[in-house]
Parts: sequence; structure tokens; C-alpha cells
Amino acid sequence: MRKTVDEINRKITEGSAVVVTAEEMKNIVEELGTKEAAKEVDVVTTGTFGAMCSSGVFFNFGHSDPPIKMQKVWLNDVEAYTGVAAVDAYLGVTQISDKIGMEYGGAHVIEDFVRGKEVELKATAYGTDCYPRKELVTEITLEDVNQAEMVNPRNAYQRYKAATNSSDRILKTYMGTLLPNFGNVTFAGTGEISPLNNDPEYRTIGIGTKIFLCGAEGYVIGEGTQHSPPFGTLMVKGNLKEMDAEYMRACVFPGYGVSLYIGIGIPIPILDEEMARFTAVRDRDIETEILDYGIPRRGRPVVRKVNYEELKSGSVEINGEEVRVSPLSSYLVARKIMFNLKERIEKGEFLLTEPVSRIPVKSEFKPMRQKEIVVVKNLMSGAIKIPLRTSIVDASKLIIEKGVNHLPVVDEQDRLKGIVTSWDIAKAVAKGGAESVDDIMTTRVITVYPEDPIEFAAEKLEKYRISALPVVDSKKKVLGLLTSEDISKLIARRG
Amino acid sequence: MMLHLRFDSKTVKDPVISQTTLEKGTLINIIRGSVGAREGELIVEIDDARADEIIEYIESKGVVVTRIHEKIAKDDEICMHCGACISICPVEVFKIRDFRVEAEYDRCIRCGICIGVCPVKALELPTI
Repeated sequence: MRKTVDEINRKITEGSAVVVTAEEMKNIVEELGTKEAAKEVDVVTTGTFGAMCSSGVFFNFGHSDPPIKMQKVWLNDVEAYTGVAAVDAYLGVTQISDKIGMEYGGAHVIEDFVRGKEVELKATAYGTDCYPRKELVTEITLEDVNQAEMVNPRNAYQRYKAATNSSDRILKTYMGTLLPNFGNVTFAGTGEISPLNNDPEYRTIGIGTKIFLCGAEGYVIGEGTQHSPPFGTLMVKGNLKEMDAEYMRACVFPGYGVSLYIGIGIPIPILDEEMARFTAVRDRDIETEILDYGIPRRGRPVVRKVNYEELKSGSVEINGEEVRVSPLSSYLVARKIMFNLKERIEKGEFLLTEPVSRIPVKSEFKPMRQKEIVVVKNLMSGAIKIPLRTSIVDASKLIIEKGVNHLPVVDEQDRLKGIVTSWDIAKAVAKGGAESVDDIMTTRVITVYPEDPIEFAAEKLEKYRISALPVVDSKKKVLGLLTSEDISKLIARRG
Repeated sequence: MMLHLRFDSKTVKDPVISQTTLEKGTLINIIRGSVGAREGELIVEIDDARADEIIEYIESKGVVVTRIHEKIAKDDEICMHCGACISICPVEVFKIRDFRVEAEYDRCIRCGICIGVCPVKALELPTI
């Protein structure tokens, strides 16, 4: 038996549609099976509430007298992009204040507008015959602008990679604060109640689908940027003037910056048995990975696979230890959205739409095409290695003969045990007493891997105030040496 | 129970905590400490049942003792119940119950790490 969106809408208007939340649907399908559930249920409501950095608002401020063609524009000192006509601008949520930095940003301006506050509008221009004004400062509220249209390039991530940190320092990221040595795990997304997980083939969610967006009626306007099923995303729009501050929150992730928590709810019509099966999805079926943010590369290593049931349980096992987990999305508000949407549909205030076009079920997420990525192995030179128990006299001869300043000390298997510099030797000779390099070498050696980006190596040189880094493999075997001179040469070449 | 101990230039040199442990046969958990040039302070956790006598003993050694009642404070008007604080707290003050982030304030050791983690600044540590 198949239902159409029109038939469901007729039922909604008559007040006879059966609307349930995604949470309720799991149990209904478990009890009745997919066939009966598909007959019984007409609409399943879903919800999510999380930080969605790829969001913002298009404004049209109206024309001043004399008129201005804005070249630069700020709202409460947060810059918006106005390279679109004279008085249009796009304010992105992650843009931070020119005056106070990370404490306040585009997201806060947007929330302030929705809360009815006055916002300072400041603009500069070069002045033209048709737009002579060069400067403008005024106060505006949401009521004063012609349009305030939220247009978000990437929202409602279907699922997201969880985060942890293998390094020895605290990391402050957009995934929250990550404690050293796998001290915690954070994850985003609401799992089994999240919109796209309940329609994984995007049969009913597509271009033109009407949605709940921060309390207003919004629309899906396409696949989101970086859409890469099953890590699907949506591009959405909605009228800021109709939004409710209860379903949006400006936030600051310390050390990372500003973002906006956005509430999205999507009704899913149960057209047939397949849709009933899709909406019965459980957290345990939704898999993702925990990535190591301790490695500052695009290809962050996968620590382990994990599903949303494990993530929501509060702790996961990493290397035999229980590690506590923090959600970053608010399940409480996501549920509120789900129930609010259910209520609106039951009251006949919210009708469903059929997508006018589908979003892709397959999509590739390409890395950036970069001119050149210089990694350590492109620049490193051969290391002059010496065995343990080398005499200080022999080491000093080697330094003079080879014209080097650093001698990595290795064991029989070529594994790094320490490093001796010309300064260590000079000091040892001046002080007397020491005979072999074992007595004077530095044993806690800072190293890099051959595939590390050169910027990462330069940061290490700077941070530890050293002039060379032995390049090692995962077994600590010495492959070469990277000196600050090697990096200087690169910069000279680029210049 | 958590206590705030203030040592002056004289008492800062004395092994007051060890003395108290030996004399009273009680366990004292040092939560935080800082020693300056002429004074110091400690935050310690003691056995609730014997609080009065332990405090009396520490005071007899010339240390100024304040009982800490002020733990971390979460403003539920601001909190959006995301849970970012949960995995950060060393003593598991925060738990999700009925989809809400609830705090067991008694466990708080006033380390303050959660304050900088909250994306909406719902947490605050009142001064002692």
C-alpha cells in the first residue's frame, strides 16, 4: 500500500493524520512490524539542535539618504560580506568581532536580532555618482530591515566523526575541549532522531522540502556543502523574522571561536513500508568513527569505529580504557523540536511538501587542490648517526669532519636513543669528566615523522627552542635530520 | 566536606596536614594547593562525620579554616543541556538525566575546568 504526500496532507487538514516522533516510531515498528506501521503512521517528525558553523543571514538594509553602496559593513563590529549590490550583505555566524574578538560574533548578532535588540550598523564606501555617501552609522532592529533571510550552506549533518586527542596537551577545537592522552571523547549529532538518518536515501527530503528552521517554516534548497552520504548535509533557508530565540543559540567554543546552535526539524511522510523501515533506525545502526585530533593533519587517524548507541552511553573504550564521552548537540532541545513539529502538524498548521528535485545519494568530498605541500621528507638531510658509547673525542672529530652540529645516537637496530650537539661536546670538554656520548646526550629527543608537514616541524623547532629534529619512523629508526637551516633554505627558495 | 585553609607566614612552614592525619587518624584529600613567598592556601576534602573536630584541630595549629559551601553553579536559564561539560569534569559532577544535564554539586572540587568549556557560559564558580 502506498500513500502520497497529497493524501497525507488531506488527512492533516481533516485532523485525522497519525503523527509520531522519530522516538515513538522505533517502538511502533518494533511492535507492529514495518507493514502495519506504514499503514498506521502518516508522518514521523525528527529533530536536531547543534552547532552549525556553515550558517548565516542575508540582509537588505534599505537605502539611506543620501544613498550608499556599501563596500564594507559591520553589525555590532562584526563584519558582513557586502560584495553583493549596494545594501545587501551576508553575515556569517563564525565571523568574529573586530573589537572584542572571539567573545562575540556573527551568531551573537543574529541571536540579538531575534531577541529584538538594537544592533549598530556601520558601513564605509568609496562613493559614486549614484551612491555618493561614504560613511554610515546607525542603529537597527530586525523590524527595520527589508529582508533577513537565513541561508545556511551546510546544516543538519546526518552523522559526524567523533573526536579524541592522543597528544600530550589540551586541544581546544570546534569539537570542544579535548583532554590529553585520550582523556575524553566528544561527538555531535542526535543519531536516531536526526532528520537525514530517518531518510537515508533522501526519498522525501530534497529540494523544496518544508522544514522547521529555528522555529520558522524554512525550506531545503539543496544538498549542503561537503554533502557526502552517509555523512549527508542540507542547504536550508528560512525567514529570520519568524524565528524563535528558543531554537537558536550563539555559542563560543573556547580557542576555536563562534558558532550558532541551530534547531532543525523535518517531517517525514511514511509513504510505504520502506519509509517505515527507514524511520525505525536505531542508534546502534548509525556508525561513525572516532578521529584523533592530536594529529594536526587533514587525514586525522581513525582511533576506532563507534556507533551512536555507544557514544550516547556516556563512555567508550579506547586502548582498553573507559573514556568518558560528551555530546555537543542538545538532545533536549532536539526533542523539543520534534514534539513541537508533531504538534504543529497535528493542529493542521504545518503541511508537508514533496521535493521538487532529489539531492544526490552518492557524492565525493574532495580535498583541496594545493599548489605544493612540503613535508619533512622533502627537506630533510642525511643524519650522521653514531652508536652508543662513542667517545667524546670521536664525536668531536665527526662534527668537524662532516661540518654538522647534531649527532643522533642510535642502538644496534638504528633506533634513536639520544642526540648530541656540538655545544654538548664543547661543554663536556670544558667541564671534563665525561668519556662517552652516553654521559652527555639528551635522551628526551623531540622528533618528527617524514610525512609531517613542514609547518608542523617549524612549530616544534620554535616551541622547544631547538635547531634540529631527527626524522624517525614509527619504530624510532632514524631516517634523517631536519635542521632550521633546511627550513630557511625553503623560504629563501620561495622568496 | 571541602575546606579552604589559609596559612600565614608562620604556619606555612608547618606540616599541618600530616599532623592532622596522624593525630586524628583521618584521611585528608588535598584538592588544590598554592604556596607563595609568605603564605599559602589549600583546598582539602575531609570526612563529613568528623568535620567539627578536624576543623578544630587544624584551627588550633593557627590555620584559618573556611568551610566551602559554594560549589560550581550552573544557570539553568542559560544551559541548553548539550553535555560538553560531562567528560571534562574530573569528579563526574555532570550527568544526563531525562535528557537534561544535571549537576551533583556536592562532588565539585572547585577546579573550574568546566567553566571554560561551556559554549554558552552557563557555569560560574562563586568566590569563597
